[in-house]
Amino acid sequence: MIFNRLSIAKTVNSMSTIVSPIREPLILGSKTYHQITEDICRPTEAAPSKEWIIGFICAVAGLSVYFFCVLWTVWNGIGSWNLNRTIGWGWDITNFVWWVGIGHAGTLISAILLLFRQRWRTGVNRAAEAMTIFAVICAGQFPIIHMGRVWMAIFIFPYPNTRGPLWPNFNSPLFWDVFAISTYFTVSLLFWYTGLVPDFATVRDRATGWRRKLYDNLAFGWTGSAKHWQRWESLSLVLAGLSTPLVLSVHTIVSFDFATSVIPGWHTTIFPPYFVAGAVFSGFAMVLTLMLVVRKILKLEDYITISHIESMNKVILLTGSIVGVAYLTELFISWYSGYIYEQFAFYNRVFGVYWWSYFGMMLCNVISPQLFWSKKLRTDIWVTFFMSIFINIGMWFERFVIIATTLARDYLPSSWSYYSPTWVEIGLFIGSLGLFFTCFLIFTRLAPVVAMAEVKSILKLVGDQYVGKNTVAEHALHHDTVHVEAEKQQAH
Amino acid sequence: MKVYNKEILFGLYNDETDLMQAIKVAKKDHLDIWDVFTPFPVHGLDPLLGLEESRLHQAGFIYGITGTLTAFLFMTWAFVKDWPIIFGNKPYWAAPAFIPVTFELTVLFAAIGMTVTFYTICGMGPGVSNPILHDRITDDKFCMAFDVSGASMTEIDSYKSFLSKTGASEVSSKNI
Repeated sequence: MIFNRLSIAKTVNSMSTIVSPIREPLILGSKTYHQITEDICRPTEAAPSKEWIIGFICAVAGLSVYFFCVLWTVWNGIGSWNLNRTIGWGWDITNFVWWVGIGHAGTLISAILLLFRQRWRTGVNRAAEAMTIFAVICAGQFPIIHMGRVWMAIFIFPYPNTRGPLWPNFNSPLFWDVFAISTYFTVSLLFWYTGLVPDFATVRDRATGWRRKLYDNLAFGWTGSAKHWQRWESLSLVLAGLSTPLVLSVHTIVSFDFATSVIPGWHTTIFPPYFVAGAVFSGFAMVLTLMLVVRKILKLEDYITISHIESMNKVILLTGSIVGVAYLTELFISWYSGYIYEQFAFYNRVFGVYWWSYFGMMLCNVISPQLFWSKKLRTDIWVTFFMSIFINIGMWFERFVIIATTLARDYLPSSWSYYSPTWVEIGLFIGSLGLFFTCFLIFTRLAPVVAMAEVKSILKLVGDQYVGKNTVAEHALHHDTVHVEAEKQQAH
Repeated sequence: MKVYNKEILFGLYNDETDLMQAIKVAKKDHLDIWDVFTPFPVHGLDPLLGLEESRLHQAGFIYGITGTLTAFLFMTWAFVKDWPIIFGNKPYWAAPAFIPVTFELTVLFAAIGMTVTFYTICGMGPGVSNPILHDRITDDKFCMAFDVSGASMTEIDSYKSFLSKTGASEVSSKNI
């Protein structure tokens, strides 16, 4: 027994020396495996807190606004919006692109960071993936509502029909979008659920009564067998590998909606990388908004640490700078092109009727993230929280600038126009936030918000009791007296 | 609930290093391990148990190729043979314009195919409930299980002493 313990101590010590001393621990509070289970399962087991109930009431209020406005739009037709012949896309497509963009962070965190072996992802990937799924649900609504006759939405899919059969236009980026978004949603859902299955099993094995039955169904019969884990890891890795080009393709294709047109201001080759960077930028901002609240309300500060927040802020700084460079490149190229329509489009974008949205965008997206060069600011929770909201406002402005400003001033001055939304369009946007938060709040009650199994698997590599000065050699010693008792018996 | 009609003797270890040490001993003693259950994927366990590498990714490749062909051949057929239309002065067979959908369907087929295969070969899925040896296995205990159906008392005792000797904190048996 003593030999056994020494060998464990050796293994763990050698593990902890691999970890660079400059890295901060990702799991605080000297956790044992069982404590991790307790901490993360607690929100699904305890009664909802007051904050949660207030949040849920607000979200459901938003959701009812959404239902009302959708019903209003479908009943009265698209005429209840302020779109006109010049500006055929307004808040609806702005909201669509905004929500799809937000939906990019989840897959980026869970797929790309998995391939890059970034361990901090385990603290936030579950919630970020959930956010992705709900954001894509919100995004998908807008093009469908915009169809007006929503019951004809099936026409966008190629299926044998009585119209010929007449197929959709496979050369159209709008059709590519249908496939990109629906594939992205399906793959994200599979990836997320497969990751959830072992954690649902943990909740199941702690539960009794009807909750046991519920989680028994959700856990799909997971046992934790070694072979299953092996296949599970293999599946996760391949899904991550597939999701990586997928996540890049989705916003690329969304940008094709604009880039393949012949409208100055839209017809640019810079759009795909610029859209993807912007999507990651806004997605991380939304993850931060949510996680800062979640870690506080669900008391998960030991798992979503300042170090996690700092890592996400670094990604925001990087993608924010890419977006900034893209804005400036667009301006430069429009001037350098010597093409007056292009030059006018950008002059109009900066100084035209929607100048305020351009400056809002520049302020929120280009200037403000540069504050994160300071370590003090990027590790400050309040600064991060306000910044994350600021960035999402800025990214909404970006889409509005691209869509409305460009359409408002086309080739023909006689068709120039102005657009501002009706209460229905504003209601739809606010309502979609209600839909999103309702889904997210239900998720925080139903599923473990942190990927438990994954956090346990990195505990010995990045937990504070195993890293740095306070290294404690043996996990089992923390919570188990069996070894001690066995030793006592031996001594007798 | 799936029924194996087996009597399983199992030991619970508190730490994955204990479990791995015990597996090494079991392999040396030529004990036939029925299965090993852990609360999270333990690295280095597969070679110790002698598990072959999963071939799931190979299946994924085949599903992916199926998706590629389905998308590309279907669009080719629809636009070249079934209902040729000229869009924007492009040729009927506008292959570059087919790339986005082809890519998406490749990913979609591979992802759905692999996930369905994963659940099928693991004997899992909606409404499936498999026997569980101990409630703490999905929490913090590492379990090694032996199939002792029809084994003699001395055999069972030798397994039991093996488990407690290698540091199992709890030894128990269950009919599943």
